[in-house]
Amino acid sequence: MKRCMGFFLFIIAVMFSCPGARAQQSADAPPAGNAQNGKKLFNTVGCYECHGRQGQGAAQTGAVRIGPPLLSFDGFLGMVRKPLNNMPPYSAKAISDQDLADIYAYLKSIPMPSKGKDIPLLNK
Amino acid sequence: MPKSPKQVLDRRNFLKGAAAGAAALAAVPATVAAQPELKRSVPPAMSPAAETEVPTGAEVLTADRTGSDYMVDVIKSLGFEYVCANPGSSFRGIHESIINYGGNKAPEFITCCHEESSIAMAHGYYKVEGKPLAVLAHGTVGVQHAAMAIYNAYCDRVPIYLILGNIIDETKRAPGVEWFHSVQDAAAMVRDFTKWDDLPISLEHFGESSVRAYKIAMTPPTLPVVIVADGELQENAISSDAKIRIPKLTNEMPPVGDSGSVNEAARLLVAAENPVIIADRTARTPAGLACLVDLAESLQCAVVDQAGRMNFPTRHPLNQSDRARNVISDADVILGLDVADLYGITHSYRDQIERTSKSGTKPTAKIITISSDDLFIKANYQDFQRYNEADIAMAADSQATLPSLTEAVRRLTTDDRKRAFQDRGVRLKASHQQALERSRDAAAFAWDASPISTARMCMELWGQIQDEDWSLVGATTFVNKWPQRLWNFDKHYQYIGGAGGYGIGYNAPAATGAALANRKHGRLTVNIQCDGDLMFAPGILWTAAHHKIPVLHVMHNNRAYHQEVMQVQIMADRHSRGISNCGTGTTITGPDISYAKLAESMGMYGEGPISDPNDLGPVLKRAIEVVKRGEPALVDVVTQPR
Repeated sequence: MKRCMGFFLFIIAVMFSCPGARAQQSADAPPAGNAQNGKKLFNTVGCYECHGRQGQGAAQTGAVRIGPPLLSFDGFLGMVRKPLNNMPPYSAKAISDQDLADIYAYLKSIPMPSKGKDIPLLNK
Repeated sequence: MPKSPKQVLDRRNFLKGAAAGAAALAAVPATVAAQPELKRSVPPAMSPAAETEVPTGAEVLTADRTGSDYMVDVIKSLGFEYVCANPGSSFRGIHESIINYGGNKAPEFITCCHEESSIAMAHGYYKVEGKPLAVLAHGTVGVQHAAMAIYNAYCDRVPIYLILGNIIDETKRAPGVEWFHSVQDAAAMVRDFTKWDDLPISLEHFGESSVRAYKIAMTPPTLPVVIVADGELQENAISSDAKIRIPKLTNEMPPVGDSGSVNEAARLLVAAENPVIIADRTARTPAGLACLVDLAESLQCAVVDQAGRMNFPTRHPLNQSDRARNVISDADVILGLDVADLYGITHSYRDQIERTSKSGTKPTAKIITISSDDLFIKANYQDFQRYNEADIAMAADSQATLPSLTEAVRRLTTDDRKRAFQDRGVRLKASHQQALERSRDAAAFAWDASPISTARMCMELWGQIQDEDWSLVGATTFVNKWPQRLWNFDKHYQYIGGAGGYGIGYNAPAATGAALANRKHGRLTVNIQCDGDLMFAPGILWTAAHHKIPVLHVMHNNRAYHQEVMQVQIMADRHSRGISNCGTGTTITGPDISYAKLAESMGMYGEGPISDPNDLGPVLKRAIEVVKRGEPALVDVVTQPR
C-alpha cells in the first residue's frame, strides 16, 4: 500500500510519441456514442481515478489530459487497448468498443476551458 | 503505564544519603562500580505487612537528585527545544525531571497520542529548524509504534534523536507490565534504519553517548539515532561520588568533495553545452539554497528540483523542473546533488507484465554525483535505489561542496564561455516562461468542477497566503505538484519535501512539527493534507490544539487511498477482469468522514466539507484568521482524486 508511485510518470511523453496514435489523428469520425452513458461509465468504471472526473489529467499519475480528447477515436481506442506507456491495458473483455465510444462521446462533450492567462487566480 | 507507589518502592533502591548536594554537575566523582547498591528492605507490594508496617527510620524513600535529572541536564546541553512523547512508565524518571527539575522548558514536553506522531513531528520540525527534536518512547511498544516514522526519517536523511526507556536488570522489574515493556536490545528492531545506538550502563556513559549520538545524527548523511535510558539509571539517586559531567558537543564538519574531483566536475560543467543540475535533498539549510542559485547562475544552466527540500526558487528562470525530461534528455553533463533516485529521473520505466526501463539520457552524457548517501549504506532495507553509473562520484555533502565547485567553475570560465552561458540563460528563461504558461493552461481544466480540482484548491489557497510569510509543510506529490508549478517559492522554509520512505501517516504530524518550528518565527504554516494519511493517527490534531500550534490543514479529501485504487486497477486490467470492484478495500466512503467535525472534536477550528470551488476562498480566509491568532484550523475540501 505504501509504495511510491513513480510508475505512472512520463505517460504524456510516451503517449504522444506513439506512432499509431499520431497516425490516427486525422479527422476520422468516431462511432456514435452516448455521452450520458459515457459520463456514467467514466466515473463508475474508474477512468477518473487517474485522469480526473473531467478528464483533465494528472501529472502525478502521468495520466494525460483526455477531456476533451486530443486523439481521434481510433487513436483513443488504440491507447486503451494497447498502451505503450504505463496505462493499464483494457481488453475488450474488460470494456467493450461501444462503452469506449460512449466514454469518448462524453469526453468530446467537455468544453475547452478558458486559457490560463484569462483566469486571474492563475496569474498571481 | 501507572504504577502504585508500593510497586515503585519494590523496584527502586536508593543509596543512603545520595540525595545531598548534587547541584554542581561537573565534578561529582563516581564510577560505574559506584552506582547504587541494591537494597531489598521494602516489603513486597500488596502484602499485609506492606500495608500496615511502620517504615524503619533507615529506609530512604525520597531523593533530591536522580540520574534522570542529570539526563535532563545532558538533554538541555544539546539545545533541544521540545521533546515529543506519548507518556510511558519506562521513561517516567526523565519525564518527571523534564517537567519539574527542568522547568518544562528547553525542552518542553509535547504530548503526542502516538509514537509515530512523535517521530514525524520531529521529522517535520528538523526540516524547518535545521536541528532535531528529542523523542521519548518505551523501548518495546513505543518503538514498535514509532518504527515506520523512523524509517521515513531514515529514508529522508533526517536526524531524529530518540531516547527509549527500558529496564535492563530483570531483578528490578515489577511483575507483569514491566516485563512486557522490557527488552534485551531495545534498539534492535530499528537498527537497520538508524545510524547509531547505544545502551549506556552508567550516567557517565549516558552523558558521553548522548553527546556522541547528537554529533553522529547531525553529521551528513544526517540520520536517526537511538539512546536507551535504563530505568534504574534514571530513577536511582546520583551517588555523592558520581563522576559525571557533560561532554562538550563538537559539531563535525560535513564531508566535502576532494579538490581534484571538484575541479574535474567544474571542467566538465564549464565545457558542456547543456549541463543540468538535479537537486533533491541538497539544501539542508537556507545557505544551501543560496549556494545552488549561485552555481546555477554562474553556469546559466538548467536546474531540475526534485523537491526533497526547498532547493531552488520556483520562478527562477533557470528552474526547468516542469520540463525535466526534456532538459535531461538534451543534457551532455548531469550533476546530481544528493538525489535520492538519480536512476529514476534519468530513466523511463514501464509497469506492464514485463517491467522495463530505458535510459532517458544521451549515451555520451557525463554524470557527476555529489551525495553523502555514498558514505552510509546498509544492506537490508532497499532505499538506495538502482546503481548509478556516474563518471565522477563524490562521496560528500552536496551543500558543503557547492561553494568550492562554484569557485572552480568561475575560475575556469573564459569570456567565450561566459557569452555562451548568457545565450543559454536567455533560452532557458523563455522555456521557463512557456512551461509556466502551460501549467496555467493545464490548471484551467476542471477549474469549476465539483469535486474540486487539486489545481483549483491549491490556487485558492495561494490566493489567500501569497502576501503572508508562509510555509507549505505538506508534501505536494498527491496534488500534482501544483504549488511548485504555480506558486512563487523563494525561501528555504517554504517547502520541506515529503516523507522520504512514502510511509503513510507522516504528513499530518510532520506538518504539525514543522508548524511548531515556524511558530516562534511568526510564519503562517499551511499544509495540504491527504485524508488517508490523517486517519492513521488523527490524535495529532489534538496535540496541535493542546499546545496551540498554529497550522492550517487543507484537506485533500478524495475519499480514497487513490494510489492503491490505481494499483488494484492495474492488476484487474492485466487480468481482464474489469475495474468496477477496485474500490473494495481502497476507498474511504460509506460513511464519508467529516474532517471538520473530527477537528472540532479535538478542540480545533474546522469548516467543511467544501465541494463548490466558489465557496473555498472565503472559507480559507476565515480559517487563516484563526491560524493567525495562534491556533490550528482545518478546512475539509472534497477533491478530485489527483
